[in-house]
Amino acid sequence: MGILEVKNVNKRFGGLQALGDVNLSVQDQTVHAIIGPNGAGKSTLLNVLVGKLVPDTGSVMFDGQSVLGRKPFEINQMGISRVFQTPEIFSDLSVIENMMIPIFARRDGAFRLHAIEHTENEKEIIEQAEHMLESLNMADARHDHSAAMSRGNKRRLEIGMCLAQNPRLLLLDEPTAGMARADTNATIDLLKQIKEERDITIAIIEHDMHVVFSLAERITVLAQGTPLVEDTPDNIKGHPKVREAYLGESA
Amino acid sequence: MLGLNKKDTTLLIIVAFMALCAPFILNPFPEGSSMAQMFNAGYPDLMQRFVIFGILVIGFNILFGLTGYLSFGHAAFLGIGSYSAVWMFKLIGMNVIPAILLSMVVSGVFALLIGYVSLRRSGIYFSILTLAFAQMCYNLAYSVLGNPASSYNLTNGETGLQLSLNDPRILDGAASSEGSLPVTNFFGVAMRDSVQLEIGSWLFTFNAGYYLCALIMLISFYVSIRIFRSPFGLMLRAVKSNQQRMNYTGLNTKPYTLAAFVISGIYAGLAGGLLSSMDPLAGAERMHWTASGEIVIMAILGGVGTLIGPIVGAGFNEYFKNILSKINDSVLHQWLSFLPDGLEDAIVGVLHFFVGKGWHLSLGVLFMVVIIFLPGGLVEGGQRVSRLFRRNKTSDDADNASHSTPAE
Amino acid sequence: MDAILLQILNGLDKGSAYALIALGLTLIFGTLGVVNFAHGALFMIGAFCAVTLSKILNASYEVIDETKADFLGNPLKVKLTYVESWFGPETGAAIIDWAVPLAILFSIPIMIAIGFIMERGLIKHFYKRPHADQILVTFGLAIVLQEVIKAIYGANPIPTGAPAVFRGSFDFGVLLGYEANAIIYPYWRMVYFAFSALIIGGVFAFLQFTTFGMVVRAGMADRETVELLGINIDRRFTIMFGVAAAVAGLAGVMYAPINSPNYHMGMDFLVLSFVVVVVGGMGSLPGAVLAGFMLGILESFASMNEVKNIFPGIDQIIIYLVAIIIILTRPRGLMGRKGVMED
Repeated sequence: MGILEVKNVNKRFGGLQALGDVNLSVQDQTVHAIIGPNGAGKSTLLNVLVGKLVPDTGSVMFDGQSVLGRKPFEINQMGISRVFQTPEIFSDLSVIENMMIPIFARRDGAFRLHAIEHTENEKEIIEQAEHMLESLNMADARHDHSAAMSRGNKRRLEIGMCLAQNPRLLLLDEPTAGMARADTNATIDLLKQIKEERDITIAIIEHDMHVVFSLAERITVLAQGTPLVEDTPDNIKGHPKVREAYLGESA
Repeated sequence: MLGLNKKDTTLLIIVAFMALCAPFILNPFPEGSSMAQMFNAGYPDLMQRFVIFGILVIGFNILFGLTGYLSFGHAAFLGIGSYSAVWMFKLIGMNVIPAILLSMVVSGVFALLIGYVSLRRSGIYFSILTLAFAQMCYNLAYSVLGNPASSYNLTNGETGLQLSLNDPRILDGAASSEGSLPVTNFFGVAMRDSVQLEIGSWLFTFNAGYYLCALIMLISFYVSIRIFRSPFGLMLRAVKSNQQRMNYTGLNTKPYTLAAFVISGIYAGLAGGLLSSMDPLAGAERMHWTASGEIVIMAILGGVGTLIGPIVGAGFNEYFKNILSKINDSVLHQWLSFLPDGLEDAIVGVLHFFVGKGWHLSLGVLFMVVIIFLPGGLVEGGQRVSRLFRRNKTSDDADNASHSTPAE
Repeated sequence: MDAILLQILNGLDKGSAYALIALGLTLIFGTLGVVNFAHGALFMIGAFCAVTLSKILNASYEVIDETKADFLGNPLKVKLTYVESWFGPETGAAIIDWAVPLAILFSIPIMIAIGFIMERGLIKHFYKRPHADQILVTFGLAIVLQEVIKAIYGANPIPTGAPAVFRGSFDFGVLLGYEANAIIYPYWRMVYFAFSALIIGGVFAFLQFTTFGMVVRAGMADRETVELLGINIDRRFTIMFGVAAAVAGLAGVMYAPINSPNYHMGMDFLVLSFVVVVVGGMGSLPGAVLAGFMLGILESFASMNEVKNIFPGIDQIIIYLVAIIIILTRPRGLMGRKGVMED
């Protein structure tokens, strides 16, 4: 039984079958990559997992509980954190303020209003946020305006914000899209480091094969809304069906 | 001090000083001089408006400045607060404290209901929902709830809700049931009581009502600083910055935005209650959507999302409204008499549209100029100017200045 | 039955005005993505075009009429309008009488020019700014335009009559077999409705059947693709802004005889027109028109005494109530596309 179980999920948009009978099992504490050509349904699948879309049929279970019908913030509270294709951070806030928000969310849940409370509690939160920034090597930038950072650093901050919640599953949507090589490698290293240090499951949707093969332990290939194969990276590399899906070659 | 950092404490002290000394500051010219007629603003009712509208805009800023939700119906809460207070005077007694409390409670309840519904949408839809609710309140107050012949005459329509001699006034009704209408008071101190101080040819008026309003404004300002600096304020700024990320960080934004909406509605109700406490007459025009627009204008003029901006905006708006409406053609001719006649007439002819009854036009133009060139309002303008000076002194300082916290 | 028919007719003229303003608002929103709070002011300026033309045509000079004498026996001074002296008394009087319809021709170039200046001079700079800023700057502009008109024409409404032929009322009741005077309807309102239908039809035909309109529609649906085809969509959208301004202006010109123009009529209509746009669906032209007529008629029904006795005050709030329900249950409105401004 995997930590994330997707069973028979279907989703249609008008005449387009975006997802057709998707079955997927992500094992606890692995790095699982989902790859596929453009329009294969990767983003749709991701949006189903985080509660932004509701599938027409099928079930999605996280750690034995259904995520369907729950709002994004509720799914997040269950332990799924999401990293977006373009880094979504609070660009009006400073770096440390960015980091404080997930820590508040982790401590108090979704509904508590941190009304006028101050001082002691906040100090504790700030300490935790600074600690988190140190582990990301961003401590020096903590009072910088986050909008002014490089894309690589924004990505780093976003991943850090997700980690600050101690999620059990980290979902990444093309985390290196539009990045320079150096930033891509730094992101790969960061993810490797996270994998080593934490008991965490990582599901990653990616285009860049370099990233996929550097990180993944299992790979699912999606084509036209349906999983084609699921296997280890070594077996996927030469798989004829994968080539067919990507290059349109006949096997 | 009081849980504020040094910078905020300084700001609070400056505002407190200005508020307490307003009768001096606003009357810089000797009584009776022509400059005094034009520029002195130390009259009780004008000073009261300064601080009351200050409260209103401080509250509006908690919503718009922190969360970015643009309410186009905030005047509804002002009106609701005004009516509640007058009803309290009519039914209970002339002490302003119960009236103010009731206006805060009633407008808070309305804000909770309207906010709960309106906040289900964001952006332009939110603005239009608040606008629709406010217009509903206005229309009802003006028509069915204001028809003296109907059994639910809560607002007395066009005439406005006012005191009358046969009001019950349970607490102090017997004392003033004959003769003239009673006056609003704070445990016996009449709101319209003033002490005048003459120094040379200067005359300063210290009005009880003004000081009550100023005190409440200072408390409101202090609470707003605390909100801005609290984790709650941080959360609200995060909502404004990226609602999507908030949701994917496991936070339900609705309680935050709703709390901000209700707080800001209570501020508006408080302002309405104070308006009625100074002059117990409440009319529906206070709720019209152009009144809501004026709140927005004041907030933008001062500087949205800054602490001091609302006070600056409200003060600026009221002060210039007062001055501009006093200027007329003959004043203009007097000022420009040094010019050649033809030119003088031409300039006066143009300026004519901007002064006197045309002050709306001046404020409209100013408002547009601010939005186009100075989105941060007069506060940003002030910061730019002061940064310019600092850069002249030491160039290093300027770099540090840009790192300062965004919400000051 | 006759009462219902009467209410539908009564709702048509307000509905026409709502529909025309909402149509222009939607054109601007759909093409340029701007929420134009100054659109009501354009409607108002249109009405004042009619006022202005009527004032110009009534410009007069004094002549001494030797044939008549006042009570002291002196020759009588009479005012003679220039128009009458140029075209002769009969034609001249007819021209003055027809001032409002003539103002249509007079207002079109003015409104298009105002639209161009507004878009190129101001709104262009706000495309990249947040929607709140667009709302605020157009709101500021609305105040300025309104105050300018107030400064020039004063604060009081200025009665502006329809041509004499249209001043009476038509008895629909007799036509349909009811008693006389059961359903009477002023001629000018019929004219207004027909005129609105013509304008609406014209705008739709323009968008549907001309190449220009096709490009604009394509640009509304997918701006980037159209730009990739090498078409300068900005210039076309600017022209559409002018068209939208003209539509609002014409709605105002013809409305002048129904309600005497005053400087705040734009603001009064603006709020309701926004509600109409939202109900119809942001960005949907047919939605705007449909919702305009629907809400106009609904408002007219709500003001029937039979309804008011059951729900006091319902006539004052019905439109807002409908809008609130629609926004909450169907945020894209009656005919809007999904996802337009929903975030």
